[in-house]
Amino acid sequence: MDLQFTKEEEAFREEVRTFLGENLPQDIQRKVRNNTPLDKADYETWHAILQTRNWLGATWPVEHGGPGWNNYQRHIFGEETALAYAPRLVAFGVAMLGPVLLKFGTEQQKAEILPRILDGSDWWCQGYSEPGAGSDLASLKTRAVRDGDDYIINGQKTWTTLGQHANKIFCLVRTDPAAKAQEGISFILVDLDTPGIEMRPIKLIEGGHEVNEVFFTDVRVPVSNLVGQENEGWTIAKYLLTHERTNIAGTGFAIRDLAALKVLAQKTIRNGKPLIEDPLFAKEIAETEIDLEAIRVTNLRVLSESETGAANGYESSMLKIKGTVIVQRLNSLTRQALGAAAAPFPAENLPANAMTVPEDAAAAAAAYFNNRKLSIFGGSNEIQRNIIAKDLFRG
Amino acid sequence: MDFNLSEDRRMLSDTLRRYLAEQYDIETRNQAAYHAPFYAPAKYTELADLGVIGAFVSESAGGFGGEGFDITTVFEELGRALCPEPMLATLMSVRVLADLKQSTLVDEIVTGQKRPALAVFEPEAGENLCDIQATFSDGKLTGRKSVVYGAPNADLILVVAKEGDQIGLYLTEAAETVDYAMIDGGGAAEVILDDTPATCLSNDAQAALEAALDAGRLGLCAEAVGAMDVMLGMTIDYMKQRQQFGRSIAVFQALQHRVVDMAIEIEQCRSISVLAASHLGAAHSAKYVAMAKNLVGRTVVKFSEEVIQLHGGIGMTWEYPGAHYAKRLTMIDHQLGDALTQLHKVMQAA
Repeated sequence: MDLQFTKEEEAFREEVRTFLGENLPQDIQRKVRNNTPLDKADYETWHAILQTRNWLGATWPVEHGGPGWNNYQRHIFGEETALAYAPRLVAFGVAMLGPVLLKFGTEQQKAEILPRILDGSDWWCQGYSEPGAGSDLASLKTRAVRDGDDYIINGQKTWTTLGQHANKIFCLVRTDPAAKAQEGISFILVDLDTPGIEMRPIKLIEGGHEVNEVFFTDVRVPVSNLVGQENEGWTIAKYLLTHERTNIAGTGFAIRDLAALKVLAQKTIRNGKPLIEDPLFAKEIAETEIDLEAIRVTNLRVLSESETGAANGYESSMLKIKGTVIVQRLNSLTRQALGAAAAPFPAENLPANAMTVPEDAAAAAAAYFNNRKLSIFGGSNEIQRNIIAKDLFRG
Repeated sequence: MDFNLSEDRRMLSDTLRRYLAEQYDIETRNQAAYHAPFYAPAKYTELADLGVIGAFVSESAGGFGGEGFDITTVFEELGRALCPEPMLATLMSVRVLADLKQSTLVDEIVTGQKRPALAVFEPEAGENLCDIQATFSDGKLTGRKSVVYGAPNADLILVVAKEGDQIGLYLTEAAETVDYAMIDGGGAAEVILDDTPATCLSNDAQAALEAALDAGRLGLCAEAVGAMDVMLGMTIDYMKQRQQFGRSIAVFQALQHRVVDMAIEIEQCRSISVLAASHLGAAHSAKYVAMAKNLVGRTVVKFSEEVIQLHGGIGMTWEYPGAHYAKRLTMIDHQLGDALTQLHKVMQAA
């Protein structure tokens, strides 16, 4: 047993930290810290900065422009970027489509598409969920019918995150309606400029616009846009869901939010004294910190096992459940800490001196409501429990 | 023992439920709740005409109710309809004014001619009147009041301030306010007092204010019970209708049990609110109100999280009414002292 990172890994952490200190633009950092939505240019700027070091495609091999990191390095990078209030990477191109193409794409697809992900030419979004196919993704109905050298796509996708900034979408579509649900699905790439596509915003509970609905009406896509074989889409989708989940627990975000909560509870006066001195509130913080220390080590154990190939299958589900619950708990405590002052609608653009709460906590209620998504998206925590249960109770 | 509403209260409840159901479809509600002045002035007046405000004070003070169960009857219906009208501010204001024998102001409020807001809490005095720092001297108020419910567009701002060691109540129509919508709808404001001229209504208002705040807390508890009732129905309907894996998700026992727990928690909240209502204004009133607000505060947060989770992505959307109920319920815990603050009171009273 040795819970220490190696000297090399610690040196790598220092390198990442120094880079972030020197290169993360302050205006972007401030938006992340204040829970202000980032605009398209913010994401593009940040991706371009990371790419100056080949750090954007964190899971990609060196020959395709990635850094060639191992699991520990990716973990350290994820944790440090979260701690520094760097933006989350827009995962759809670099963390999702990239690895899929590297495993299933043709040489031509790799050569054409991968460089455009890294240099920011393309912004990919994801067409998986449908109104009738969420947790039960395999029941998706969007149809792609072969017509000569094209497919003709009809249907609707939803919850398409940041689709408003995208020019491309990768979709799961049904190519064989007669086959068993999982066996008639294909994975296809679509240019959002193609006639017949309409994207509509979905406004979220706290008022933000980060997801969309995408409607496909007789959209013609060349057969060469298929990834893998026809009707092999489910295998690809499953690969995507199990591939590279080192940061799924979000421990970096939790460590960061815990530290910020402690500062807030120190600054906030409740019942005549700093909130942190209230033993009932301090207990909540302390228990969350204990849970967080445990998930950090669980996360490292999983990393270590997957580095040696001993991982047994449901770890990513476990990390997702526990990790999201801890982040949501911290969001909830931060909201609670503000008391009555949590009330203002953050989009009100109040004068800077209007409220007396710290700038980075002003949107705490909005952030809390928005982050209820964490236990819903990417396979809801209920679905993750089904995955674990299937494993625990099998044969 | 009799847990039924009196005939008068049942009639008020029925009338109000019908009126609110007709008047506040979710689009109308959201339009009013999220846009200045963050309520619907014409509907506020109609609610006054229906007797809603009169129910908040006793006959001797110019109303026709004034007991705990009058307050819970009205607020449960407001909660069901997710009504954005600033009745919490009105309830607390009219109660404190009635207690201080300000009969002219009470009459103007009960009839809906004047709408009040009660400016009590401050950035560093969010729970207890004794922490208040705003001062009154030589006919002028100085200090700052934070998150004053219903202040946008209010006719009367009632300000709690200290004159020496005494906590008094002062009326101003000249305060500078910074208005905003709240995240769950409805309006509030920061009230900035800088030698602001004001009239003294009482320089010894602490007891009346504590009682008015407790009436407000009781109202919030009942509002939460009404809102949770509606949300439980919405959640069950959605689960029955939502098909995944070839069947309605309502058949999954793991999900059913969570809904069962929600239903039980509503009844617990209803019971503790009934208890608090029955004791309002009597000995130990404050303790029972604190118990109710603590249990409701603990329940609403978990309840709202479960409602959103059981709806999946739909529960996260602005378009879905349940999302606005969930926000309102959660933010009830932020009003007039959260579960933690109430728990301290119960621990000290025990």
